[in-house]
Amino acid sequence: MTEPVLSLSGISKSFGGLKASDNVNLDLRPGEIHALIGPNGAGKSTLIKQIAGGLRPDSGTVMFDERDVTGLSTAQRARLGMGRTFQVSSLVMDYTVLQNAVIGALGHRGDVFGFFRQAMKDQALLDVASEALEQVGLADFRNFRTAELSHGQRRQLEVAVALTLSPRIFLMDEPMAGLGVEGSHRLIGFLDGLRHKAPILLVEHDMDAVFSLADRISVLVYGKIIATGTVAEIRASREVRVAYLGEEDA
Amino acid sequence: MKRETVLTAVLLVGLLVAPILASLADEPFLITLLTRAIIFAIAGIGLNVALGLGGLVSFGHAAFFGLGGYAMGVLAFHAQTYTPLAEWPFVIEGSQSMITGWIVAILVSTVAALAIGALSLRTSGVYFIMITLAFAQMIYYFAISFPAYGGEDGLSIYVRNRFPGLNTMDPLQFFAVCYGLLLIVLASVWRISKSRYGLMLGAARQNTDRVQAVGQVPYGLFLTAFTISGAITGLAGALFADLNRFVSPSMLSWQTSGEIMVFVILGGVGRLGGPLAGAVLFILLEHVLGGMSDYWHIYLGAILLGVVLFARGGLYGLIAGREAAND
Repeated sequence: MTEPVLSLSGISKSFGGLKASDNVNLDLRPGEIHALIGPNGAGKSTLIKQIAGGLRPDSGTVMFDERDVTGLSTAQRARLGMGRTFQVSSLVMDYTVLQNAVIGALGHRGDVFGFFRQAMKDQALLDVASEALEQVGLADFRNFRTAELSHGQRRQLEVAVALTLSPRIFLMDEPMAGLGVEGSHRLIGFLDGLRHKAPILLVEHDMDAVFSLADRISVLVYGKIIATGTVAEIRASREVRVAYLGEEDA
Repeated sequence: MKRETVLTAVLLVGLLVAPILASLADEPFLITLLTRAIIFAIAGIGLNVALGLGGLVSFGHAAFFGLGGYAMGVLAFHAQTYTPLAEWPFVIEGSQSMITGWIVAILVSTVAALAIGALSLRTSGVYFIMITLAFAQMIYYFAISFPAYGGEDGLSIYVRNRFPGLNTMDPLQFFAVCYGLLLIVLASVWRISKSRYGLMLGAARQNTDRVQAVGQVPYGLFLTAFTISGAITGLAGALFADLNRFVSPSMLSWQTSGEIMVFVILGGVGRLGGPLAGAVLFILLEHVLGGMSDYWHIYLGAILLGVVLFARGGLYGLIAGREAAND
Protein backbone atom coordinates (compact mmCIF):
# COMPACT_ATOMS: atom_id res chain seq x y z
CA MET A 1 0.00 0.00 0.00
CA THR A 2 1.30 3.45 -0.89
CA GLU A 3 1.95 5.94 1.87
CA PRO A 4 -1.00 8.23 2.60
CA VAL A 5 -0.53 11.88 1.56
CA LEU A 6 -2.61 13.10 4.45
CA SER A 7 -3.16 11.39 7.73
CA LEU A 8 -4.93 12.50 10.86
CA SER A 9 -4.23 10.77 14.10
CA GLY A 10 -6.12 11.25 17.31
CA ILE A 11 -7.64 14.58 16.35
CA SER A 12 -9.89 15.90 19.12
CA LYS A 13 -11.59 19.24 19.40
CA SER A 14 -14.19 20.39 21.89
CA PHE A 15 -16.28 23.51 22.06
CA GLY A 16 -17.30 23.71 25.67
CA GLY A 17 -19.02 20.42 26.38
CA LEU A 18 -19.50 19.58 22.73
CA LYS A 19 -17.04 17.18 21.22
CA ALA A 20 -16.80 18.29 17.60
CA SER A 21 -13.96 15.91 16.85
CA ASP A 22 -13.44 12.86 19.00
CA ASN A 23 -10.17 11.04 18.44
CA VAL A 24 -10.43 11.09 14.67
CA ASN A 25 -8.09 8.96 12.62
CA LEU A 26 -8.32 9.36 8.88
CA ASP A 27 -6.04 9.16 5.90
CA LEU A 28 -6.02 10.04 2.24
CA ARG A 29 -4.03 7.92 -0.18
CA PRO A 30 -2.73 8.85 -3.61
CA GLY A 31 -5.25 8.50 -6.42
CA GLU A 32 -8.32 8.05 -4.24
CA ILE A 33 -11.46 9.91 -3.45
CA HIS A 34 -12.15 9.53 0.23
CA ALA A 35 -15.64 10.67 1.10
CA LEU A 36 -16.48 11.95 4.55
CA ILE A 37 -20.17 11.64 5.30
CA GLY A 38 -22.28 12.13 8.36
CA PRO A 39 -25.47 13.77 9.52
CA ASN A 40 -25.72 17.54 9.99
CA GLY A 41 -23.69 18.70 12.96
CA ALA A 42 -21.46 15.65 12.95
CA GLY A 43 -18.38 17.87 12.80
CA LYS A 44 -17.41 17.48 9.16
CA SER A 45 -16.70 21.14 8.52
CA THR A 46 -14.89 21.42 11.84
CA LEU A 47 -12.68 18.58 10.76
CA ILE A 48 -11.98 20.17 7.36
CA LYS A 49 -11.00 23.40 9.12
CA GLN A 50 -8.54 21.52 11.29
CA ILE A 51 -7.00 19.96 8.20
CA ALA A 52 -6.85 23.14 6.14
CA GLY A 53 -5.80 25.35 9.05
CA GLY A 54 -7.68 28.07 10.84
CA LEU A 55 -8.76 25.80 13.66
CA ARG A 56 -6.27 24.07 15.91
CA PRO A 57 -7.13 20.68 17.34
CA ASP A 58 -6.99 20.26 21.12
CA SER A 59 -4.92 17.17 20.56
CA GLY A 60 -3.74 14.94 17.77
CA THR A 61 -1.64 15.58 14.70
CA VAL A 62 -2.21 16.32 11.05
CA MET A 63 0.52 14.80 8.89
CA PHE A 64 0.75 16.06 5.34
CA ASP A 65 3.37 14.67 2.99
CA GLU A 66 5.13 13.08 5.94
CA ARG A 67 5.33 16.42 7.69
CA ASP A 68 3.56 17.54 10.85
CA VAL A 69 1.50 20.54 9.81
CA THR A 70 -0.66 20.77 12.93
CA GLY A 71 0.88 24.08 13.97
CA LEU A 72 0.98 25.68 10.53
CA SER A 73 -1.27 28.49 9.33
CA THR A 74 -3.86 28.18 6.57
CA ALA A 75 -1.60 30.03 4.14
CA GLN A 76 1.38 27.81 4.91
CA ARG A 77 -0.67 24.67 4.37
CA ALA A 78 -2.04 26.04 1.12
CA ARG A 79 1.50 26.66 -0.07
CA LEU A 80 2.45 23.11 0.82
CA GLY A 81 -0.29 21.94 -1.53
CA MET A 82 -3.71 21.84 0.08
CA GLY A 83 -6.28 22.99 -2.45
CA ARG A 84 -9.53 23.79 -0.71
CA THR A 85 -13.04 24.59 -1.84
CA PHE A 86 -15.41 26.12 0.65
CA GLN A 87 -18.83 24.99 1.73
CA VAL A 88 -20.18 28.45 0.97
CA SER A 89 -18.43 29.80 -2.11
CA SER A 90 -15.64 32.07 -1.02
CA LEU A 91 -14.54 34.06 -4.04
CA VAL A 92 -13.59 37.62 -4.79
CA MET A 93 -17.00 38.81 -5.90
CA ASP A 94 -16.02 42.09 -7.56
CA TYR A 95 -13.31 40.45 -9.63
CA THR A 96 -13.82 38.76 -12.95
CA VAL A 97 -13.79 34.99 -13.21
CA LEU A 98 -10.35 35.17 -14.82
CA GLN A 99 -9.01 37.43 -12.04
CA ASN A 100 -10.15 34.94 -9.43
CA ALA A 101 -8.23 32.21 -11.20
CA VAL A 102 -5.20 34.50 -11.55
CA ILE A 103 -5.31 35.11 -7.79
CA GLY A 104 -4.86 31.37 -7.35
CA ALA A 105 -2.02 31.15 -9.84
CA LEU A 106 -0.32 34.16 -8.30
CA GLY A 107 -0.77 32.93 -4.75
CA HIS A 108 0.78 29.65 -5.74
CA ARG A 109 3.70 31.22 -7.60
CA GLY A 110 4.26 33.40 -4.55
CA ASP A 111 5.69 36.63 -5.99
CA VAL A 112 2.81 38.82 -4.84
CA PHE A 113 5.01 41.78 -3.94
CA GLY A 114 5.35 43.02 -7.50
CA PHE A 115 4.30 46.65 -7.70
CA PHE A 116 4.94 47.66 -11.26
CA ARG A 117 4.14 45.14 -13.97
CA GLN A 118 0.46 44.59 -14.63
CA ALA A 119 -0.87 41.37 -13.19
CA MET A 120 -3.45 40.85 -15.89
CA LYS A 121 -0.76 41.04 -18.57
CA ASP A 122 1.42 38.38 -16.99
CA GLN A 123 1.23 35.62 -19.57
CA ALA A 124 2.47 32.85 -17.29
CA LEU A 125 -0.28 33.60 -14.75
CA LEU A 126 -2.92 33.95 -17.46
CA ASP A 127 -1.94 30.60 -18.94
CA VAL A 128 -2.32 28.74 -15.64
CA ALA A 129 -5.60 30.53 -14.92
CA SER A 130 -7.05 29.96 -18.39
CA GLU A 131 -6.18 26.30 -18.35
CA ALA A 132 -7.93 25.82 -15.02
CA LEU A 133 -11.03 27.64 -16.27
CA GLU A 134 -10.97 25.52 -19.41
CA GLN A 135 -10.90 22.35 -17.32
CA VAL A 136 -13.96 23.25 -15.27
CA GLY A 137 -15.80 24.58 -18.30
CA LEU A 138 -15.79 28.27 -17.41
CA ALA A 139 -13.57 29.50 -20.25
CA ASP A 140 -16.46 31.33 -21.91
CA PHE A 141 -17.23 33.20 -18.72
CA ARG A 142 -13.73 34.49 -18.04
CA ASN A 143 -14.69 38.14 -18.33
CA PHE A 144 -17.86 37.90 -16.27
CA ARG A 145 -17.91 39.49 -12.87
CA THR A 146 -17.95 36.68 -10.33
CA ALA A 147 -21.01 38.16 -8.62
CA GLU A 148 -22.91 37.61 -11.90
CA LEU A 149 -22.22 33.88 -11.95
CA SER A 150 -24.87 31.35 -11.04
CA HIS A 151 -24.49 29.37 -7.87
CA GLY A 152 -23.27 26.32 -9.78
CA GLN A 153 -20.75 28.33 -11.76
CA ARG A 154 -19.32 29.72 -8.54
CA ARG A 155 -18.77 26.18 -7.33
CA GLN A 156 -16.99 25.41 -10.60
CA LEU A 157 -14.85 28.50 -10.15
CA GLU A 158 -13.92 27.39 -6.63
CA VAL A 159 -12.62 24.17 -8.12
CA ALA A 160 -10.78 26.08 -10.85
CA VAL A 161 -9.01 28.28 -8.29
CA ALA A 162 -8.00 25.17 -6.36
CA LEU A 163 -6.65 23.71 -9.62
CA THR A 164 -4.40 26.72 -10.22
CA LEU A 165 -2.57 25.83 -7.01
CA SER A 166 -1.50 22.47 -8.51
CA PRO A 167 -2.33 20.99 -5.12
CA ARG A 168 -1.09 17.70 -3.70
CA ILE A 169 -4.58 17.08 -2.29
CA PHE A 170 -8.03 18.57 -2.69
CA LEU A 171 -10.22 19.31 0.31
CA MET A 172 -13.75 19.80 -0.92
CA ASP A 173 -16.49 20.83 1.44
CA GLU A 174 -19.82 19.96 -0.15
CA PRO A 175 -19.02 20.91 -3.72
CA MET A 176 -22.40 19.60 -4.95
CA ALA A 177 -24.48 21.66 -2.55
CA GLY A 178 -27.25 23.44 -4.41
CA LEU A 179 -26.02 22.37 -7.82
CA GLY A 180 -29.12 20.68 -9.21
CA VAL A 181 -29.22 17.36 -10.99
CA GLU A 182 -27.46 18.33 -14.18
CA GLY A 183 -24.81 20.39 -12.43
CA SER A 184 -24.02 17.62 -9.96
CA HIS A 185 -23.78 15.18 -12.82
CA ARG A 186 -21.20 17.29 -14.63
CA LEU A 187 -19.17 17.84 -11.47
CA ILE A 188 -19.23 14.13 -10.66
CA GLY A 189 -17.78 13.40 -14.08
CA PHE A 190 -15.12 16.01 -13.54
CA LEU A 191 -14.10 14.94 -10.04
CA ASP A 192 -13.93 11.37 -11.24
CA GLY A 193 -11.04 12.33 -13.53
CA LEU A 194 -9.48 14.69 -11.01
CA ARG A 195 -8.52 12.01 -8.50
CA HIS A 196 -5.60 11.00 -10.71
CA LYS A 197 -4.16 14.50 -10.44
CA ALA A 198 -4.43 14.60 -6.67
CA PRO A 199 -6.50 12.66 -4.17
CA ILE A 200 -9.70 14.26 -2.91
CA LEU A 201 -11.12 14.39 0.57
CA LEU A 202 -14.76 14.93 -0.22
CA VAL A 203 -17.33 16.09 2.30
CA GLU A 204 -20.67 15.56 0.70
CA HIS A 205 -24.36 15.15 1.46
CA ASP A 206 -25.35 13.93 -1.98
CA MET A 207 -25.29 10.16 -1.50
CA ASP A 208 -25.52 9.38 -5.21
CA ALA A 209 -22.37 11.40 -5.74
CA VAL A 210 -20.62 9.77 -2.82
CA PHE A 211 -21.54 6.23 -3.83
CA SER A 212 -20.54 6.75 -7.45
CA LEU A 213 -17.26 8.57 -6.75
CA ALA A 214 -15.75 7.35 -3.52
CA ASP A 215 -13.04 4.74 -3.28
CA ARG A 216 -13.45 4.78 0.46
CA ILE A 217 -15.99 6.31 2.78
CA SER A 218 -15.64 7.39 6.39
CA VAL A 219 -18.74 7.99 8.45
CA LEU A 220 -18.59 10.71 11.08
CA VAL A 221 -21.23 10.79 13.81
CA TYR A 222 -21.02 13.15 16.78
CA GLY A 223 -17.37 13.86 16.01
CA LYS A 224 -16.42 10.19 15.94
CA ILE A 225 -15.55 8.10 12.92
CA ILE A 226 -17.78 5.07 13.32
CA ALA A 227 -16.75 3.29 10.14
CA THR A 228 -14.29 3.50 7.27
CA GLY A 229 -14.44 1.25 4.25
CA THR A 230 -15.31 0.75 0.62
CA VAL A 231 -18.71 1.72 -0.73
CA ALA A 232 -19.90 -1.87 -0.46
CA GLU A 233 -18.67 -2.24 3.11
CA ILE A 234 -20.30 0.98 4.22
CA ARG A 235 -23.55 0.08 2.52
CA ALA A 236 -23.54 -3.26 4.26
CA SER A 237 -22.56 -1.95 7.66
CA ARG A 238 -25.35 -2.32 10.15
CA GLU A 239 -23.76 0.19 12.49
CA VAL A 240 -23.80 2.86 9.81
CA ARG A 241 -27.41 2.19 8.94
CA VAL A 242 -28.49 2.51 12.50
CA ALA A 243 -26.46 5.59 13.30
CA TYR A 244 -26.75 7.46 10.11
CA LEU A 245 -29.15 6.16 7.54
CA GLY A 246 -31.73 5.99 10.30
CA GLU A 247 -32.93 2.46 9.72
CA GLU A 248 -33.56 1.48 13.29
CA ASP A 249 -34.46 -2.09 12.60
CA ALA A 250 -32.26 -2.90 9.66
CA MET B 1 -12.03 55.53 -23.18
CA LYS B 2 -13.90 54.95 -19.95
CA ARG B 3 -15.81 57.83 -18.42
CA GLU B 4 -13.68 57.55 -15.31
CA THR B 5 -10.51 58.16 -17.30
CA VAL B 6 -12.13 61.10 -19.09
CA LEU B 7 -13.16 62.65 -15.79
CA THR B 8 -9.65 62.35 -14.38
CA ALA B 9 -8.16 63.79 -17.57
CA VAL B 10 -10.59 66.74 -17.48
CA LEU B 11 -9.68 67.42 -13.85
CA LEU B 12 -5.97 67.29 -14.58
CA VAL B 13 -6.20 69.55 -17.62
CA GLY B 14 -8.46 71.95 -15.73
CA LEU B 15 -5.97 72.10 -12.87
CA LEU B 16 -3.22 72.88 -15.34
CA VAL B 17 -5.09 75.65 -17.16
CA ALA B 18 -6.69 77.32 -14.14
CA PRO B 19 -3.51 78.59 -12.44
CA ILE B 20 -2.17 79.88 -15.75
CA LEU B 21 -5.35 81.87 -16.22
CA ALA B 22 -5.15 83.03 -12.62
CA SER B 23 -1.58 84.12 -13.21
CA LEU B 24 -2.59 86.10 -16.31
CA ALA B 25 -5.42 87.68 -14.35
CA ASP B 26 -2.90 88.50 -11.61
CA GLU B 27 -4.72 86.52 -8.93
CA PRO B 28 -1.90 84.80 -7.02
CA PHE B 29 -4.30 83.89 -4.22
CA LEU B 30 -6.19 81.60 -6.58
CA ILE B 31 -2.98 79.82 -7.50
CA THR B 32 -2.24 79.23 -3.84
CA LEU B 33 -5.76 77.91 -3.41
CA LEU B 34 -5.28 75.45 -6.25
CA THR B 35 -1.91 74.41 -4.88
CA ARG B 36 -3.66 73.64 -1.61
CA ALA B 37 -6.18 71.52 -3.52
CA ILE B 38 -3.40 69.57 -5.17
CA ILE B 39 -1.57 68.95 -1.92
CA PHE B 40 -4.81 67.79 -0.28
CA ALA B 41 -5.38 65.57 -3.30
CA ILE B 42 -1.99 63.91 -2.80
CA ALA B 43 -2.79 63.34 0.88
CA GLY B 44 -6.14 61.86 -0.16
CA ILE B 45 -4.59 59.64 -2.81
CA GLY B 46 -2.31 58.38 -0.06
CA LEU B 47 -5.20 57.58 2.25
CA ASN B 48 -7.07 56.00 -0.64
CA VAL B 49 -4.37 53.34 -0.96
CA ALA B 50 -5.26 52.14 2.54
CA LEU B 51 -8.96 52.97 2.46
CA GLY B 52 -9.87 52.24 -1.15
CA LEU B 53 -7.46 49.53 -2.22
CA GLY B 54 -6.97 47.89 1.16
CA GLY B 55 -10.32 48.60 2.81
CA LEU B 56 -8.49 49.90 5.89
CA VAL B 57 -10.45 52.72 7.49
CA SER B 58 -7.62 54.74 8.97
CA PHE B 59 -8.73 57.66 11.09
CA GLY B 60 -5.16 58.60 11.88
CA HIS B 61 -3.64 59.77 8.64
CA ALA B 62 -3.07 63.22 10.12
CA ALA B 63 -0.14 61.54 11.87
CA PHE B 64 1.63 61.01 8.57
CA PHE B 65 0.53 64.35 7.13
CA GLY B 66 1.85 66.11 10.22
CA LEU B 67 5.06 64.08 10.49
CA GLY B 68 5.81 64.86 6.85
CA GLY B 69 5.19 68.52 7.60
CA TYR B 70 7.35 68.50 10.70
CA ALA B 71 10.13 66.65 8.86
CA MET B 72 10.22 69.48 6.36
CA GLY B 73 9.80 72.16 9.03
CA VAL B 74 12.45 70.82 11.37
CA LEU B 75 15.02 70.48 8.59
CA ALA B 76 14.33 74.05 7.46
CA PHE B 77 14.39 75.32 11.04
CA HIS B 78 17.88 73.94 11.62
CA ALA B 79 19.12 75.25 8.31
CA GLN B 80 17.74 78.71 9.09
CA THR B 81 19.17 78.86 12.58
CA TYR B 82 22.47 77.26 11.51
CA THR B 83 22.16 74.68 14.25
CA PRO B 84 22.84 71.05 13.50
CA LEU B 85 19.92 68.64 13.83
CA ALA B 86 22.15 66.17 15.66
CA GLU B 87 25.76 66.17 16.71
CA TRP B 88 26.12 62.56 17.74
CA PRO B 89 27.05 59.99 16.44
CA PHE B 90 27.71 62.26 13.49
CA VAL B 91 26.68 65.76 12.59
CA ILE B 92 23.40 66.11 10.73
CA GLU B 93 22.76 69.54 9.31
CA GLY B 94 19.37 71.00 8.51
CA SER B 95 18.43 71.46 4.90
CA GLN B 96 16.68 74.02 2.77
CA SER B 97 16.42 71.67 -0.20
CA MET B 98 12.90 70.63 -1.07
CA ILE B 99 13.97 67.29 -2.48
CA THR B 100 15.90 66.41 0.69
CA GLY B 101 12.83 67.43 2.67
CA TRP B 102 10.58 65.19 0.62
CA ILE B 103 12.87 62.21 1.03
CA VAL B 104 13.13 62.72 4.78
CA ALA B 105 9.37 63.27 5.05
CA ILE B 106 8.70 60.06 3.13
CA LEU B 107 11.20 58.13 5.27
CA VAL B 108 9.79 59.41 8.54
CA SER B 109 6.18 58.73 7.60
CA THR B 110 7.11 55.32 6.19
CA VAL B 111 8.69 54.29 9.47
CA ALA B 112 5.76 55.70 11.43
CA ALA B 113 3.20 53.98 9.20
CA LEU B 114 5.08 50.70 9.44
CA ALA B 115 5.09 50.87 13.25
CA ILE B 116 1.51 52.13 13.64
CA GLY B 117 0.25 49.74 10.97
CA ALA B 118 2.03 46.73 12.46
CA LEU B 119 0.25 47.27 15.76
CA SER B 120 -3.11 48.53 14.48
CA LEU B 121 -3.55 45.74 11.95
CA ARG B 122 -3.82 43.27 14.78
CA THR B 123 -7.29 44.67 15.16
CA SER B 124 -10.01 45.31 12.62
CA GLY B 125 -13.26 47.18 12.15
CA VAL B 126 -14.11 49.83 14.72
CA TYR B 127 -11.06 48.94 16.80
CA PHE B 128 -8.80 49.65 13.87
CA ILE B 129 -10.40 53.07 13.42
CA MET B 130 -9.99 53.87 17.11
CA ILE B 131 -6.41 52.68 17.43
CA THR B 132 -5.22 54.62 14.37
CA LEU B 133 -6.93 57.67 15.85
CA ALA B 134 -5.24 57.04 19.19
CA PHE B 135 -1.77 56.87 17.64
CA ALA B 136 -2.35 60.10 15.75
CA GLN B 137 -3.53 61.80 18.94
CA MET B 138 -0.42 60.60 20.76
CA ILE B 139 1.79 62.28 18.18
CA TYR B 140 -0.44 65.37 18.25
CA TYR B 141 -0.05 65.81 22.00
CA PHE B 142 3.64 65.12 21.78
CA ALA B 143 4.01 67.94 19.23
CA ILE B 144 2.01 70.30 21.44
CA SER B 145 4.10 69.58 24.51
CA PHE B 146 7.52 69.50 22.87
CA PRO B 147 8.86 73.06 23.12
CA ALA B 148 11.98 72.69 20.98
CA TYR B 149 9.98 72.99 17.78
CA GLY B 150 7.45 75.58 18.82
CA GLY B 151 5.07 73.38 20.78
CA GLU B 152 1.56 74.67 20.44
CA ASP B 153 2.68 77.70 18.43
CA GLY B 154 4.16 75.70 15.62
CA LEU B 155 7.23 76.35 13.57
CA SER B 156 7.73 78.97 10.89
CA ILE B 157 9.76 78.45 7.74
CA TYR B 158 10.74 81.98 6.74
CA VAL B 159 11.75 81.23 3.19
CA ARG B 160 10.22 78.41 1.17
CA ASN B 161 12.68 75.60 0.55
CA ARG B 162 14.66 75.54 -2.67
CA PHE B 163 14.14 73.47 -5.74
CA PRO B 164 16.96 73.42 -8.31
CA GLY B 165 16.31 75.78 -11.21
CA LEU B 166 13.10 77.25 -9.83
CA ASN B 167 12.06 80.19 -7.78
CA THR B 168 9.76 78.42 -5.37
CA MET B 169 8.49 81.69 -3.89
CA ASP B 170 6.72 82.30 -7.17
CA PRO B 171 3.25 80.77 -6.70
CA LEU B 172 3.03 79.43 -10.23
CA GLN B 173 6.40 77.70 -10.04
CA PHE B 174 5.61 76.13 -6.70
CA PHE B 175 2.29 75.03 -8.13
CA ALA B 176 4.14 73.36 -11.00
CA VAL B 177 6.30 71.42 -8.55
CA CYS B 178 3.25 70.16 -6.67
CA TYR B 179 1.43 69.36 -9.90
CA GLY B 180 4.39 67.33 -11.12
CA LEU B 181 4.42 65.34 -7.89
CA LEU B 182 0.68 64.80 -8.17
CA LEU B 183 1.16 63.24 -11.61
CA ILE B 184 3.95 61.00 -10.33
CA VAL B 185 1.89 59.89 -7.34
CA LEU B 186 -1.22 59.27 -9.47
CA ALA B 187 0.76 57.23 -11.99
CA SER B 188 2.45 55.21 -9.24
CA VAL B 189 -0.79 54.41 -7.46
CA TRP B 190 -2.39 53.46 -10.76
CA ARG B 191 0.47 51.07 -11.49
CA ILE B 192 0.26 49.61 -7.98
CA SER B 193 -3.49 49.07 -8.29
CA LYS B 194 -2.99 47.07 -11.49
CA SER B 195 0.08 45.19 -10.28
CA ARG B 196 0.28 41.68 -8.89
CA TYR B 197 0.36 43.19 -5.43
CA GLY B 198 -2.65 45.39 -6.18
CA LEU B 199 -4.65 42.43 -7.43
CA MET B 200 -3.90 40.37 -4.33
CA LEU B 201 -4.55 43.34 -2.03
CA GLY B 202 -7.94 43.89 -3.64
CA ALA B 203 -8.70 40.22 -3.11
CA ALA B 204 -7.67 40.49 0.53
CA ARG B 205 -9.92 43.53 0.98
CA GLN B 206 -12.90 41.56 -0.25
CA ASN B 207 -12.18 38.13 1.11
CA THR B 208 -9.31 37.25 3.43
CA ASP B 209 -10.28 33.57 3.50
CA ARG B 210 -9.75 33.34 -0.23
CA VAL B 211 -6.32 34.94 0.00
CA GLN B 212 -5.26 32.50 2.72
CA ALA B 213 -6.61 29.56 0.76
CA VAL B 214 -4.28 30.44 -2.11
CA GLY B 215 -1.36 30.54 0.29
CA GLN B 216 -0.96 34.23 1.04
CA VAL B 217 -1.05 36.15 4.30
CA PRO B 218 -3.43 39.15 4.38
CA TYR B 219 -1.51 40.88 7.20
CA GLY B 220 1.58 41.55 5.10
CA LEU B 221 -0.53 42.78 2.20
CA PHE B 222 -2.43 45.18 4.45
CA LEU B 223 0.68 46.41 6.25
CA THR B 224 2.34 47.20 2.93
CA ALA B 225 -0.73 49.14 1.79
CA PHE B 226 -0.86 51.07 5.05
CA THR B 227 2.84 51.93 4.76
CA ILE B 228 2.65 53.09 1.14
CA SER B 229 -0.43 55.05 2.10
CA GLY B 230 1.33 56.77 5.01
CA ALA B 231 4.38 57.57 2.91
CA ILE B 232 2.32 59.36 0.25
CA THR B 233 0.35 61.31 2.83
CA GLY B 234 3.66 62.23 4.49
CA LEU B 235 4.92 63.66 1.21
CA ALA B 236 1.77 65.76 0.98
CA GLY B 237 2.46 67.01 4.51
CA ALA B 238 5.93 68.18 3.48
CA LEU B 239 4.42 70.11 0.56
CA PHE B 240 1.80 71.60 2.85
CA ALA B 241 4.51 72.84 5.20
CA ASP B 242 6.26 74.52 2.30
CA LEU B 243 3.05 76.01 0.96
CA ASN B 244 2.21 77.71 4.26
CA ARG B 245 5.84 78.14 5.31
CA PHE B 246 4.50 77.08 8.66
CA VAL B 247 4.02 73.81 10.53
CA SER B 248 1.78 73.45 13.53
CA PRO B 249 0.25 70.67 15.61
CA SER B 250 -3.08 71.30 13.87
CA MET B 251 -1.68 69.31 10.92
CA LEU B 252 -1.61 66.35 13.31
CA SER B 253 -5.08 66.85 14.76
CA TRP B 254 -7.95 64.46 14.28
CA GLN B 255 -9.81 67.12 12.27
CA THR B 256 -7.09 66.80 9.66
CA SER B 257 -7.58 63.03 9.56
CA GLY B 258 -11.26 63.68 9.04
CA GLU B 259 -10.66 66.19 6.28
CA ILE B 260 -8.39 63.83 4.37
CA MET B 261 -11.10 61.20 4.67
CA VAL B 262 -13.66 63.70 3.42
CA PHE B 263 -11.62 64.27 0.22
CA VAL B 264 -11.68 60.56 -0.45
CA ILE B 265 -15.37 60.09 0.31
CA LEU B 266 -16.49 63.18 -1.61
CA GLY B 267 -14.55 62.07 -4.68
CA GLY B 268 -15.10 58.34 -4.52
CA VAL B 269 -13.49 55.68 -2.34
CA GLY B 270 -11.19 53.38 -4.27
CA ARG B 271 -11.31 55.42 -7.46
CA LEU B 272 -7.93 56.57 -8.74
CA GLY B 273 -8.96 60.19 -9.29
CA GLY B 274 -11.47 60.23 -6.44
CA PRO B 275 -9.36 62.12 -3.90
CA LEU B 276 -8.37 64.62 -6.59
CA ALA B 277 -12.00 65.39 -7.38
CA GLY B 278 -12.81 65.41 -3.67
CA ALA B 279 -10.00 67.80 -2.77
CA VAL B 280 -10.86 70.22 -5.57
CA LEU B 281 -14.53 70.13 -4.60
CA PHE B 282 -13.62 70.65 -0.95
CA ILE B 283 -11.48 73.70 -1.74
CA LEU B 284 -14.18 75.11 -4.00
CA LEU B 285 -16.81 74.64 -1.32
CA GLU B 286 -14.54 76.12 1.30
CA HIS B 287 -13.92 79.12 -0.93
CA VAL B 288 -17.47 79.68 -2.17
CA LEU B 289 -19.43 78.70 0.93
CA GLY B 290 -16.76 80.14 3.21
CA GLY B 291 -17.24 83.45 1.43
CA MET B 292 -20.93 83.37 2.21
CA SER B 293 -20.86 82.29 5.81
CA ASP B 294 -18.44 81.63 8.61
CA TYR B 295 -20.47 78.54 9.36
CA TRP B 296 -19.84 76.96 5.99
CA HIS B 297 -18.98 73.62 7.58
CA ILE B 298 -22.65 73.03 8.19
CA TYR B 299 -23.24 73.06 4.44
CA LEU B 300 -20.24 70.86 3.87
CA GLY B 301 -21.74 68.46 6.40
CA ALA B 302 -25.04 68.45 4.56
CA ILE B 303 -23.32 67.72 1.25
CA LEU B 304 -21.28 64.96 2.84
CA LEU B 305 -24.44 63.43 4.27
CA GLY B 306 -26.00 63.57 0.83
CA VAL B 307 -23.01 61.83 -0.70
CA VAL B 308 -22.94 59.11 1.93
CA LEU B 309 -26.69 58.52 1.75
CA PHE B 310 -27.40 58.91 -1.96
CA ALA B 311 -24.16 58.71 -3.91
CA ARG B 312 -22.01 56.09 -2.25
CA GLY B 313 -19.45 56.29 -5.05
CA GLY B 314 -18.91 60.02 -4.44
CA LEU B 315 -18.38 62.37 -7.37
CA TYR B 316 -16.84 59.59 -9.44
CA GLY B 317 -19.73 57.29 -8.75
CA LEU B 318 -22.14 60.02 -9.75
CA ILE B 319 -20.43 60.95 -13.00
CA ALA B 320 -18.58 57.86 -14.10
CA GLY B 321 -21.00 55.27 -12.79
CA ARG B 322 -20.31 52.15 -10.87
CA GLU B 323 -16.81 50.81 -11.11
CA ALA B 324 -16.48 48.04 -13.65
CA ALA B 325 -14.64 44.95 -12.50
CA ASN B 326 -10.94 45.82 -12.42
CA ASP B 327 -10.11 45.57 -16.09
